[in-house]
Amino acid sequence: MSLAKRIIPCLDVDNGRVVKGVKFVDIRDAGDPVEIARRYDREGADEITFLDITATHHDRDTIVHVVEQVASEVFIPLTVGGGIRTLDDIRRMLNAGADKVGINSAAVFNPEFVQQAADKFGSQCIVVAIDAKKVSAEGEPNRWEIFTHGGRKSTGINAVEWAIKMQDYGAGEILLTSMDRDGTKSGFDLPLTRAISDALTIPVIASGGVGNLDHLADGIIDGKADAVLAASIFHFAEYSIEQAKLHMQSRGIEVRL
Amino acid sequence: MSSVVVIDYGMGNLHSIAKALQHADSGVNVQISADPKTIAAADRVVFPGVGAMRDCMQALHETGLAEVIKQVANSKPLLGICLGMQALLTDSEEGGKIDCLNLFPGHVRRFADDLTDSNGERLKIPHMGWNQVQQLPHPLWQSIPQNSRFYFVHSYFAAPDNQQDCIATSDYPQPFTCALAKDNVFAVQFHPEKSQTVGLQLLQNFLRWDGAN
Repeated sequence: MSLAKRIIPCLDVDNGRVVKGVKFVDIRDAGDPVEIARRYDREGADEITFLDITATHHDRDTIVHVVEQVASEVFIPLTVGGGIRTLDDIRRMLNAGADKVGINSAAVFNPEFVQQAADKFGSQCIVVAIDAKKVSAEGEPNRWEIFTHGGRKSTGINAVEWAIKMQDYGAGEILLTSMDRDGTKSGFDLPLTRAISDALTIPVIASGGVGNLDHLADGIIDGKADAVLAASIFHFAEYSIEQAKLHMQSRGIEVRL
Repeated sequence: MSSVVVIDYGMGNLHSIAKALQHADSGVNVQISADPKTIAAADRVVFPGVGAMRDCMQALHETGLAEVIKQVANSKPLLGICLGMQALLTDSEEGGKIDCLNLFPGHVRRFADDLTDSNGERLKIPHMGWNQVQQLPHPLWQSIPQNSRFYFVHSYFAAPDNQQDCIATSDYPQPFTCALAKDNVFAVQFHPEKSQTVGLQLLQNFLRWDGAN
């Protein structure tokens, strides 16, 4: 009996609607983040992450309203990422009812921002999101670098070293996305996940590439992740969160049922 | 209508707790306040908190709320949550040694960095996620199954001197005290406001508790 490994469904939200090639069978909750969050809560999600991909700044109020609505009826931890650049952005999200915020490119451009955020609000609510891509050639020792702009721009920063630095700066958790695997449904980059998890004392959430339930279990068992994040396999209602947990349990992983 | 006040001293996400209390019992008047008079007038008080103990104790002393909390602890049902539980002990080793409110004799200690589980897997710090809670008899556990999972996020834990103050434990990997109780005071390390059904049940039990054991 001990701590359960977490399953975290992620909702990509654009202007208040859930997106990412989503073709809902259930018409009633098609694209409504509040409805979907409710369903995930009922199915036993351990946390819910909202990734705001709204392009324009003034439309960001939408995500605040979404979080407010979800937080007034869903009582599990909520994380909001996307466009978090200032301490004020963080305060707004926390006041709306988020428990954690995900900081991604703002950390790359200004690492001290992570330090300031952790000092101000506590490490427990600072999740640093890392988008990494393999840069080593076939046959060479593995090496991954941080990429920005949705995986298009290299920064030249070593991903493992960066993760350690973010931990030192006060990150409470790392959300690690493999840009090689994101959207491929071919499973997590397990060597990457393991390299980062082994290097850190803080929890690591594996993300990017989940296409079936074995991928989730692999992320925990082989990748040594503390939590697994997935979007499309749950949106499509291919699998429910409960099914995912039962499968993980059948592979010997402790889950909350 | 009975009332509950969530103490506002600038530490943590009070809105989540207020929303969860309201959801647990829509017939209760839920307020967030830093005003000693409002707190003194309430039927029940919730003492939340996340962040660093040094900032927490500094804020409690600067606002005069440290004394208010001690008075509440002598007079009506009080629920401490997370840092609001740790602050009830004698002192904390977080950031050196910080004197706390001393309502429960004992210390707040950090988890060791080299913890491993029974399979030899390294355990991360903070202890973050859903862990099982082993209850000892108390009215606030009513209708909550033994070994239910609650949501935790913390790197420090309470080590009370008096074993009878411990009212629940959790394993990481060794058992640690995750809830304290004495007279009309109850305190939990986990976050009931983020622990779904069982958390809401605990809050509802608190909102109906008269402080007796």
